[in-house]
Amino acid sequence: MTVKLKVNGTVHEVDADPATPLLYVLREDLELNAAKYGCGLGQCGSCMVLVDGEATLSCVVPILALAEREITTLESLGTQDDPAPIQSAFIELQAAQCGYCIPGMMMSAQALLQRNAAPSDQEIRDALRTNLCRCGTHMRILAAIRRAGEMMSAQAPANRRAG
Amino acid sequence: MNIPTSRRGFLLGSGALMVSFSLGAEAQEGEVQAGTNAPQPTVTAIDSERLDSWIRIDENGDITVFTGKAELGQGIRTALTQVAAEELEVEPGEIELITADTGRTPNEGFTAGSMSMPNSGTSIRNAAAQMRRLLVEAAARTLAVAPESLTLQGKKIRSGGRSLSYGEVAAALNLEVPLAGDAVLKAPEALKVIGRDVPRVDIPGKVTGAPAYIQDMRLPGMLHARVVRPPGYGATLAEVDTSAIEAMPGVVRVLRDADFLAVITEREFQAVTAMRALARLARWNAGAELPDQADIQNVLRGLESEVGTVAEQGDANPSGDKVFEARFTRPYQMHGSIGPSCGIARLEPDGTLTVWSHTQGVYPDRAAIAEMLGLEPGRVRVIHVEGSGCYGHNGADDAAADAALIASRLPPGRPVRVQWMREQENAWEPFGPAMSITVRGAVRNGRISDFAFDLWSNIHTTRPGGAGALLAARQKSDPATPNVPRIQISPSGNGDRNANPLYAIPNKRILWHFIPEMPLRVSAMRALGAYANVFALESAMDELARLAEADPVAFRLGHLEDERARAVVQMAAERFGWETAKLGPGRGKGFAFARYKNLAAYLAVAVEVEVERETGRTRLVRAVAAIDSGQAVSPNGIRNQTEGGILQAASWTLYEAVTFDRRQITSVDWSSYPILRFASVPDSVDVHVIDRPGEPFLGTGEAAQGPVAGAIGNAVRDAIGLRLTDLPFTRQRVLAALAAG
Repeated sequence: MTVKLKVNGTVHEVDADPATPLLYVLREDLELNAAKYGCGLGQCGSCMVLVDGEATLSCVVPILALAEREITTLESLGTQDDPAPIQSAFIELQAAQCGYCIPGMMMSAQALLQRNAAPSDQEIRDALRTNLCRCGTHMRILAAIRRAGEMMSAQAPANRRAG
Repeated sequence: MNIPTSRRGFLLGSGALMVSFSLGAEAQEGEVQAGTNAPQPTVTAIDSERLDSWIRIDENGDITVFTGKAELGQGIRTALTQVAAEELEVEPGEIELITADTGRTPNEGFTAGSMSMPNSGTSIRNAAAQMRRLLVEAAARTLAVAPESLTLQGKKIRSGGRSLSYGEVAAALNLEVPLAGDAVLKAPEALKVIGRDVPRVDIPGKVTGAPAYIQDMRLPGMLHARVVRPPGYGATLAEVDTSAIEAMPGVVRVLRDADFLAVITEREFQAVTAMRALARLARWNAGAELPDQADIQNVLRGLESEVGTVAEQGDANPSGDKVFEARFTRPYQMHGSIGPSCGIARLEPDGTLTVWSHTQGVYPDRAAIAEMLGLEPGRVRVIHVEGSGCYGHNGADDAAADAALIASRLPPGRPVRVQWMREQENAWEPFGPAMSITVRGAVRNGRISDFAFDLWSNIHTTRPGGAGALLAARQKSDPATPNVPRIQISPSGNGDRNANPLYAIPNKRILWHFIPEMPLRVSAMRALGAYANVFALESAMDELARLAEADPVAFRLGHLEDERARAVVQMAAERFGWETAKLGPGRGKGFAFARYKNLAAYLAVAVEVEVERETGRTRLVRAVAAIDSGQAVSPNGIRNQTEGGILQAASWTLYEAVTFDRRQITSVDWSSYPILRFASVPDSVDVHVIDRPGEPFLGTGEAAQGPVAGAIGNAVRDAIGLRLTDLPFTRQRVLAALAAG
C-alpha cells in the first residue's frame, strides 16, 4: 500500500506496509543515512528525527501515524559545504569518536535549540535523556550543543536556518 | 559482465571517506590498483615487505597509502595520514588512505591492543621516509645536484629555479622494492604535521548524513537477511516448519542448515517481520544450563585447571601488623556497540566471495570464513568498512560469517546484508570475562614489603583463530569447534594484563589461576584483564598507603622509579589540585595510575565522586587525567580517546553487569543493561597530554580503563569510608555496604 510522507520538505509516495517503522523507510526507500538503527526499541536515540519539530524516535513510529506530518532528518539541516550551526559546532569541537550515535544526538539538540538557543546545562542533559553514546563522547557533545546555541543566537532571526 | 557496475550506493564518497568498494569484476579490469596496468586477480597476495604495498605515487603525483589497520572510531585514519604526510612533505588532505582489505592492504593482524600507531604508524612512517629518500635521490640524479640541496614542497622537488613533480620522478622509479628499514626519519624539531591537531577526516561526513558505515551500504540487487539465533548457548534446532514464512511478503527464502536458521527478503523490514514469525515457529532443544549468576565467581574459581606464574621476585609473604587483604570481582560486561553488528557478502560469478565487515581483523576473518565454507583463503576477500564503535571483539566477525554463509547459498551477484538485532548483539556478543582477584599486601617501614596477587580468569581472546570462533560455523552442518583455550603468559599480558605492579616491591608473586571453561562466551574487551587487575591493584595501593599513613599520591611516587610514570602522576595530581581540593559533604577524591601493559602508554587520573547515602547513587563529578603515549601525533585525538575511555570505564564501574538465568542471557536491551546516561555525566573531564618528541608511539585507546575504576573505588572509599570490592558499584551495592557499615 502507498503512504504519503513529507520528508525534508518533499512529499514522497512510499509503497510499504503501514506498520513499517519510519526508520526503515527513511533508510531503505529514501536512502537517507543519518537516522541509524540502534535498538529498534526506542531506548537509544540513534534513530532520532524531528516530527513537526519534536524529537521523535523513528524506530518505533509506524509510517501510518505520520501522514500530514513534517518529518525532518539531519540531512536537511546542512551539507558539508554549507553546514548548519549544529553541524559546524560538532565539527569544530571534534565531537565524535565512532560517530554512530551523533546524528541522533544532533536531532535531539536541534529540537531543543529551535525552541531555546540558550539552554542551561540541565536543559541540554534533559533533551538528551533518551540518547546513548558508548564511546564516551558526552563531554564534547554537551560542549558542541552549547556552541551551536551560541551560533544560532548570533544569527539574525531572519537568517535562521529552517529545520 | 552480469554485475551492475554503477558505483552509486556503494561508493562511500562524501570526500571524507576514501574506502571504495570495488567490485571483483572491476578489479579484474584493472581499475582498482592505482599505478599498475596489469589485470589484477580478485584477491592478490600483498607482500608487506615491499614498499609499494604501503605507499604508491602515480604519474599524476597522487599518493595512496595502505594500512592493514581499520578505523574503529578511534581516529586512526586521520593519524596515519598525518604520519605519512609528515615524511612525504605534503598536507594530510593530499593523501588517500586505504584501510584493511585483504585484496589491497598488508596483513597487520587485528586492529587491537592500542597497537595501530606503534605498528602501522611506525611502518607507514618508515615507508614514507624511504619513499621520500628515493624521490630525492632520483631527482638529484636528474638535476645533477646534491640530494641535500633539494627542497620538497607542494609535491615538487626543487633546486633553485628548477623543479620536478613527485609524479614525474615516481613514474621513472621502480617502487616495487623491499622495505629498507633504514630510512632516516625527520628530526623531532622539524615536524610540522605530526603533533598538529588535524581535524578528523571522517567527522564532516558523519554529521551531515553521508554514508559512513557498513550499515549505510546499498549494493545493487542487495537482499536483506535476519538470523534466528537459538534461545541460549548450545541449543539445537529440533524442528521448524518454514512453509508459512516462505509465503510471507518479500521472503525470498528461508535458509536452514542444521542449527543455522535465517530468512532472506527483498526489503529490510520484511526480514524483521519474517524473523519474528520464524522465531515463534522454531522448536529448540535446550543446551547446557548456565551457572547461577549469584554464585558465578565461586563457580569460576572451581573451574581452575592450572596456575601460571606471571611474575615472581623475592619471597612474597605478606605478614605483620600492617596487612591488607581483599577479594575483588568484575562481572561479565559487554561491548555494547550502539549500532548492532552488520555483515554484507556476495558470491561472485567466478565462485569467489566478497565480504564487507567491521571486523577488527580482515585477514584472520578471511581465514575463518574460508575454513567455514571450505574455500581456499585466496578465494575470499574481506574488506573492512566502519561500523559502530566496537571496543573489542563484538559481533562483527559473526555477522560477517552469517552473511558469508547465506551469500554462499544464493545466486552469484546477489549481495546479502545481515543486520543483527539489539537483543542478538547483547545476547551473542562475546563478553569481557568475569574475573576475581585476591590481593594481599604488607607495609613495613612506610613501604610495601610483600605483595601477592592471585587472579582467576578465562583467556580474553577467542577471536578467529579458525572457523570455530564464528557462531555460524558452529551452527551449520559439519560444524567447526572453537580452539581449546590455553593460558598464555606474555610481556603484554592477557587475562593477567597489568597484574604485575609497576611499583618497586621487593617481594611479589603474581599468579594467574587459569579457567579454561567458558560458561558464557567471552573474548577481547578494551584493556582485557587490565581493567579488573588495575582496579584491584590500585584499590590495594590506596589501602596500603593508609596503612603506611601516607598520602596516596606521595605513596605511589615513593614506589615509582620510571620518570615518565612519575611525570603523569605528578601532572594529574597538580592539575586536579590534589592537595588543595575542597570537597563538599558526601564527596570523595581518588587517584590511580597504570602504565598500560607495563610497556605502553602511561596514564594517571584523579577523580571526585559524590555518593548519595539515601539512594546509594554514585556519580563521577570530575576527572583529571595525564597521559603519555610517546610522540603525540594528534594531541586532540589522544584527548578524545582518553575522555572516551574515562567515561566508558566510569560506566562499566558504576552500572554494568551482564545478567543471565539458567537458560539464557537476560540483559538483552538498554533497560536490562544500563549504561552511562547524560543525567549522570560528569561536570568536567580534563585530559592533559605529555608529548614525547622523538619517542616511539605507544598507543592510547585502552590506557584509561583500569585507572578509572581504581580511582573511582578510591574516591568512594574517601567519601563513605568503605572499600567497595565488587564491580559495578550499583546503588544496591552501595546501600548494602552502607547498611553493613
